[in-house]
Amino acid sequence: MRFVFKTSYAQDQTMFRDGVQRNWYIALFVGLLLLPRVLPDYTVDLSLVFIYGLCGISLMVLAGYTGLVSLGHAAFLGIGAYAHVYFVHDLHLPWIVSVALACVITAAVGVLVGLPALRMTGVYLTIATLAFALIIQEVFARWEHVTGGLKGKPVDKPVLFGVSFANDVAFYMLCLAFLIGGLWLTLNILRAPTGRAWVAIRDSEIAAQSLGVNLAVYKTMAFGYSAALMGVAGALFAHKVGFLAPDIFSVLLSIQLLLMVVVGGLGSLHGAVYGAVFVAILPVIISQARDAVPAWGGLDRFVKQPGFEPGLFGLILVLFILFEPLGIYGRWTKIKLYFAMFPLYKRATFRRQKTYMRSERLR
Amino acid sequence: MSLLHVEELAINFGGISALAGVSFDVEPGSVFTIIGPNGAGKTTIFNLLSRIYEPTRGRMIFQGEDVTHVPPHDIARRGIARTFQNIELFEHATVLQNFLLGRHAHKRSRFLEELFFLPRVRALELEHREAVEKVIEFLDLQAYRDSFIVNLPYGVRKVVEMGRALCTQPTLLLLDEPSSGLSVEETEDMAFWIQDIRTLLGITVLMVEHDMSLVSAVSDQVLALNYGRVLAVGTAREVQAHPDVVKAYLGG
Repeated sequence: MRFVFKTSYAQDQTMFRDGVQRNWYIALFVGLLLLPRVLPDYTVDLSLVFIYGLCGISLMVLAGYTGLVSLGHAAFLGIGAYAHVYFVHDLHLPWIVSVALACVITAAVGVLVGLPALRMTGVYLTIATLAFALIIQEVFARWEHVTGGLKGKPVDKPVLFGVSFANDVAFYMLCLAFLIGGLWLTLNILRAPTGRAWVAIRDSEIAAQSLGVNLAVYKTMAFGYSAALMGVAGALFAHKVGFLAPDIFSVLLSIQLLLMVVVGGLGSLHGAVYGAVFVAILPVIISQARDAVPAWGGLDRFVKQPGFEPGLFGLILVLFILFEPLGIYGRWTKIKLYFAMFPLYKRATFRRQKTYMRSERLR
Repeated sequence: MSLLHVEELAINFGGISALAGVSFDVEPGSVFTIIGPNGAGKTTIFNLLSRIYEPTRGRMIFQGEDVTHVPPHDIARRGIARTFQNIELFEHATVLQNFLLGRHAHKRSRFLEELFFLPRVRALELEHREAVEKVIEFLDLQAYRDSFIVNLPYGVRKVVEMGRALCTQPTLLLLDEPSSGLSVEETEDMAFWIQDIRTLLGITVLMVEHDMSLVSAVSDQVLALNYGRVLAVGTAREVQAHPDVVKAYLGG
């Protein structure tokens, strides 16, 4: 087991725990740069992993760190996507300006949604965001002048500073760059006072307030920041799918996004990325596994039913909440600890403790 | 002039009058204790002071300024910090992070600076860290610095919560039953800390407490409350001997 001997306060501010960890991340980065060469057939799927990763960070900030669970994030993704495509195709703005504008607009919508949502907590907030997503989806279908309505809207490949990113590998690199950027900004904010205030709101609103955290301001900020990341992810997503239609941004997508952060592990950025890998790769695995299902008593026909995939997603969500509430990241830390402590690992280390009752709740 | 002046403070929950016109004065540099049977309205006074409840009538003057209607998040900046009866720590954070949150009222960095973690944010964080370390040293919590709250025993949590309140560098510290759930030994430690907070840090302490040995050991002034009314004010000895207080506790 490694132990970091700290000799200055600045060591608590660093992004990586020590040089060893930093080198592992550099190795991971180099590996990701080389991956399209190793797995050329999967480059397209992998860029989706990175886009989902951005979505995961976005929802993780809101649900995992601030404790506000949203079932309407597909709407933010849609707003980002439609806004970006409108600016690039219809207004012929430069690509990067368009992404920035899409980000700003989505953030503004996030703040607007956040304002009334401040008065709601828990499941009521979730229902409100769900309603918001349904309304926005309807707007996508009706506002034909901008969105192309139900006919949909084709999206060209991105062109940055005159350089085309039509090539799959180039687009892969672009998405990777945005994911790393998103992770960096989020890590910064999380180790600063704002990020701590978000965590405080999640764990105890009343204590946060008594320490001087303005709940309204910080919740709105979390909504705005989360939506902004979603807007950027939406812009990339638009290029990824190549064709925008309102039914892409359905409730099912919102559920998938939430599934991502829960399965990945609430309350860690690692979790957001693990969840993204899981959600992006799972449909690929399902579609390949489907063909291999034997015809026992019509089982092959059952797995080809249209509702099978969302059903499976729901089942996985339930199983994770029941058996591994800390998600893939939680399981990974347990495995790491098992080897670090070998042979002294104790199961009880992670047993959930009964917490003391809290009576002084605002709600 | 008194540090905190409470005048005819009253609050009704529906038809129940939890406080029916309570007035008292807390002198700077003193330890002021509120005692009383369950449901007397002790914690209600705290919740009014930290602006969680809206008073029905009355005024609260802190350092010459009327704080009766300021927003709740403004209280910490004005120099009032508190602990809670049932411990409201941020459980999925470390002791250090909890303490750093105690510095929130002194936050000076802006969102955009934090987004890029500019050198200014870095420097401010180190400043906060230094202030926090002083509290860690004061309360002997070095061993727990990086432990998560969920893994800490109750007694330590109690101290950590007090430490978090101290990190805000308050003028007035509200302690809601600092000894509840503590062992005899831990309660004795708590008495020493409260005295140190008053004499070494110069912080005025207003506390709600049941343990009469702790109350007599540290309090300069004691106020006895029952059914939202003041029964008696004075030194611990005077209040304990007051016939109304005896009646309230023993019946009669």
